[in-house]
Amino acid sequence: MEEQLILLKQRALHDLAESQSLDELNELRIKFLGKKGELTQILKGLTLLSPDERPAIGKLANEIKEEIEREFSRKNFDIKQQLKTKKMEEEWIDVTIPSKVVIGHKHPLTLILDEIREIFVGLGYEVAEGPEIELDYYNFEALNTPKDHPARDIQDTFYITDEILLRTQTSPVQIRTMEKRKPPLKIIAPGRVYRSDAVDATHSPMFHQVEGLTIGEHITMGDLKGTLEAFAREMFGKDRKARFRPHYFPFTEPSAEMDISCIACQGEGCRICKFTGWLEILGCGMVHPNVLENVGYDPEKVNGFAFGLGIERIAMLKYGINDMRLFYENNLRFLEQF
Amino acid sequence: MLVSLKWLKDYVNIDDEISSFTERMTMSGSNVEGIERLGKDIDKIVIGRIEKIERHPDADKLLIVQVDIGDRLIQVVTAAANIKEKDLVPVAMDGAVIHGGKQISTVKFKGVNSSGMLCSAAELGFDDHGLPEDMKKGIMILPQDAPVGKNIKEFLELEDTVIDFEITPNRPDCLSIIGIARETAATYRIDLNMPEIILKEEADENARDMAKITIEAPDLCKRYVARIIKDVRIEPSPLWMQRRLQACGIRSINNIVDITNYVMLELGQPLHAFDYDKLEGHSIIVRRGRDSEGIVTLDGVYRLLSDDMLVIADENKPVGIAGIMGGEESEINSSTKCILLESANFVGPCIRRTSRKLGLRSEAAMRFEKGLDPELCKTAADRACQLIEKLGAGKVAKGYIDVYPERVNPRKIVLKPDKINHALGTEIPKDEMVDILERLGIRIEKDAGCSFAIIPTFRADIAREADLVEEVGRIYGYDRLPSTLPKGDATRGKIETPIRVSCTIKQILADLGYSEVYTYSFVSPRVFDRMNVPADSPLRRAIALMNPLSEEQSIMRTTLIPNMLDVVAYNLNQKIEEIRLYETGTVYIPKELPLRELPCEKKKLTIGLCGKQADFYELKKTIETLFAVLKIRLYEFAQYRHFAFHPGRCALVLMDGEEIGIAGEIHPDVMENYDINSRVYICELDMDILLKKASTDIKFTDLPRYPASSRDLAIVVEERLPAGNIIRTITDIGNDLVEKVELFDIYTGDQIKKGFKSLAFSLTYRAKDRTLTDEEINQVNNRIREKVAKEFNGVLRE
Repeated sequence: MEEQLILLKQRALHDLAESQSLDELNELRIKFLGKKGELTQILKGLTLLSPDERPAIGKLANEIKEEIEREFSRKNFDIKQQLKTKKMEEEWIDVTIPSKVVIGHKHPLTLILDEIREIFVGLGYEVAEGPEIELDYYNFEALNTPKDHPARDIQDTFYITDEILLRTQTSPVQIRTMEKRKPPLKIIAPGRVYRSDAVDATHSPMFHQVEGLTIGEHITMGDLKGTLEAFAREMFGKDRKARFRPHYFPFTEPSAEMDISCIACQGEGCRICKFTGWLEILGCGMVHPNVLENVGYDPEKVNGFAFGLGIERIAMLKYGINDMRLFYENNLRFLEQF
Repeated sequence: MLVSLKWLKDYVNIDDEISSFTERMTMSGSNVEGIERLGKDIDKIVIGRIEKIERHPDADKLLIVQVDIGDRLIQVVTAAANIKEKDLVPVAMDGAVIHGGKQISTVKFKGVNSSGMLCSAAELGFDDHGLPEDMKKGIMILPQDAPVGKNIKEFLELEDTVIDFEITPNRPDCLSIIGIARETAATYRIDLNMPEIILKEEADENARDMAKITIEAPDLCKRYVARIIKDVRIEPSPLWMQRRLQACGIRSINNIVDITNYVMLELGQPLHAFDYDKLEGHSIIVRRGRDSEGIVTLDGVYRLLSDDMLVIADENKPVGIAGIMGGEESEINSSTKCILLESANFVGPCIRRTSRKLGLRSEAAMRFEKGLDPELCKTAADRACQLIEKLGAGKVAKGYIDVYPERVNPRKIVLKPDKINHALGTEIPKDEMVDILERLGIRIEKDAGCSFAIIPTFRADIAREADLVEEVGRIYGYDRLPSTLPKGDATRGKIETPIRVSCTIKQILADLGYSEVYTYSFVSPRVFDRMNVPADSPLRRAIALMNPLSEEQSIMRTTLIPNMLDVVAYNLNQKIEEIRLYETGTVYIPKELPLRELPCEKKKLTIGLCGKQADFYELKKTIETLFAVLKIRLYEFAQYRHFAFHPGRCALVLMDGEEIGIAGEIHPDVMENYDINSRVYICELDMDILLKKASTDIKFTDLPRYPASSRDLAIVVEERLPAGNIIRTITDIGNDLVEKVELFDIYTGDQIKKGFKSLAFSLTYRAKDRTLTDEEINQVNNRIREKVAKEFNGVLRE
């Protein structure tokens, strides 16, 4: 019997080693270890043995059974691995085939406006809006620019009637906001503005501005400087230098224009900054007391500063766009770059 | 304003590098827009005296000239015809450089050595407009007092730097060399030296006896000063004066006109010289123009006048348009013997309107329209007479006529240094403020313990304290102000919901492959025809501009669809085939036309789609995705007909029963109008409603606790029956039990009768509070099947 068992083991291990598939393996399992398998058949002979012999043979039989079973599970694992490997090999794909990316793009002016808005919201500002078709009163009169004021010459205005026009600036939103609300105020007002300029690389009859207004009890020109310098650093980088040049706007006094050191040449002087080293970015100033009086504020008690910047100009500088017409042509090859 | 640096130095002693000068002036408020260096390239040209002229032996037209250039005689060959012995001329020596950079060297003309060249004015970069005719064609002949041997650059002041200052409209006083000199003095804290004006008044007559001045429109003319000059000799003005005018951009005419222009540039007061003998009645009447009255101005153009214009007239007729341009008839010319010199003050707005109406700009108008100082009239008249005497151009009559109905007085503003410091955020000492203001011509007076700033009449722009703040601030230096952030009550920065939602919409559309466009708010009135808009449609009620740039941009848009079609057509022309675009923009809807109040400005969202992947359902998917992200659930797409859209492929989009827009394929006729060959799908939605309906509230509902079970429903119905109707009926009957209805198959073909289609729906049943029994489900399901079959005249399939 011992011999039988050893022979069985040898055959089983041999057959196992030869087997190729899970099916074959299964058949072998039934053949050797099944209920009616060969091992069972041999073990039936145990009863014929003397009680002395039984434990030793029984032990041997168990050992053989365990060994064959171990071998079965190892073989089973191997075959499964082989199959997986084979399947995966068959599933090869060409990873170099380019995918089709379809993404849309926000307009560069939207991106710039989003950025400006984020900066000023961070500085405590909220967003206000006003109509694009505006009364002469809000666009000019209330902003200390009466009829026949020479400053009206600078802004060629589109009129609809004698009293209704396309706003030439976002500044009327200052007036509308102050009329409705009490100080303190910190608002920005983005929007479309119109001037009857013929189209060329740097002019457009329609463009976008962001107006800013800060009104409080003790606002100084130093606050204007500090706020707008903070904006310039956020928008154009930490190392950007800003300077304030005296200028004139009817609705601010004192008035200034802010320049930043040239983005292209860092102030060395180049074609973009017309060899001055500086780029004009925005107009600003302390709100004119006449304007405050026009909205019913007392300039002895409150004051503030205002500023206005052109979104197109900032987009052109920041992205290196050299022709304003591109913004309204809407060529997808342009739009897809943002 | 072009300023000659040499001229400027007559009044202020500046000795700074030009780059530093322009920088400092810019930073104190006189922005420099450009710098031009004149005569820089001219070299080795000196004044020579012609000693001897001989004909060239072998060339008829050439002359051999011996010229004394101070230290030696040189021989020059020239073709000039206007020279004679003893003439003083500019001589370019061997190695000289003339205007434009050309180098002169010794050459031979038909065997004769020429070691230099006699120069014309043009070769010196000197505008010959004011020179005698023979000099324009030949050599420039210099005055007899020109020092032989001297560098011509110094003698003619050829080398100069011209600075172009940007003068803001509030500072007409800076449209003058003196004005810029005053700014320079304040910027550098140095003295300003005004020209000293002393007159001889050599004529025997008194001006007051010679002419009569009347101002009939005192609201438009604040002052009129006249002086009379007799024994006038009209001739070219001296070269130094010509040169200065040239540098500042004004052409020389003759001595009298040049003097008026010189004084205008110097002091900022425009002057005009009339031929006294051509003034009928020797009188000047300043009055409004009369209808059907006209005048030929100096430029030779006949101009019709009207009663909103101010004219200068004699007893019978207009002789000039006040402040803009004189008349041709009373113009001075070589036979003029006596002139009446006008130095007047005209009111800005009137000049501005007249100038615009006539389309006539002039240096005078450009100054008057910004408002000049009436106090300047007398000074300028005297200064011009002083120059006339200096140049020997005539004899000035005694005295002057001055009509000055209401004298302007200097304004007084209380000076409160504390408040100025407060506004600037500085601690500038009072002494420094006073110094700054005084250098700008603002005197400080003390009265009863109070300091007053006395504002000179030429600074009409300084009206209140804020204006003093600016004067002190800009001269002190904006770059020296502290950089601070506002103190006091804090405000909270915030982005309101509509802006946030609008950002979300843009982000979703970008994620779905759509790019954003910006188009003009004004369009052509022809867009309505192009998009098939019926004649009576309210869309055609558009707001028109009074002064559009062109018809193409003459009305305010009432819809964004034509703009989108333009952009699609443009991109197709650029050979871009896959097009996905959107715009969020404003349309302008008038309440009545013509406008009497502001119109409604509505925001619209337009999406445009074109290309291989494009069809109605792709557009619908985009819209529904948008709704899904915005948590808008109650909406509906209804079959619709619209003039601009394909009649079978257009939907009205409704939200809670409210129309919010339209979506569909563009009508083939419209596509033809836009020359588009591919199909284009567009929707236009009301952005304001979208922003309002977008929900930001999130409310959690319990996850389903009981199992779902599904049933299919297949039905054959007429092909044109909207599947949406069936879904609505299923949902209505299914009530709370039908959780979801999904249309999973649409079939037309062999097994279905022509004109019919088979729709297959999957219904999911679930109750919130229990497990539904088959019996319960079947009962409802059967009701649904019966109702659907009956209502839609359909045949159920198993």
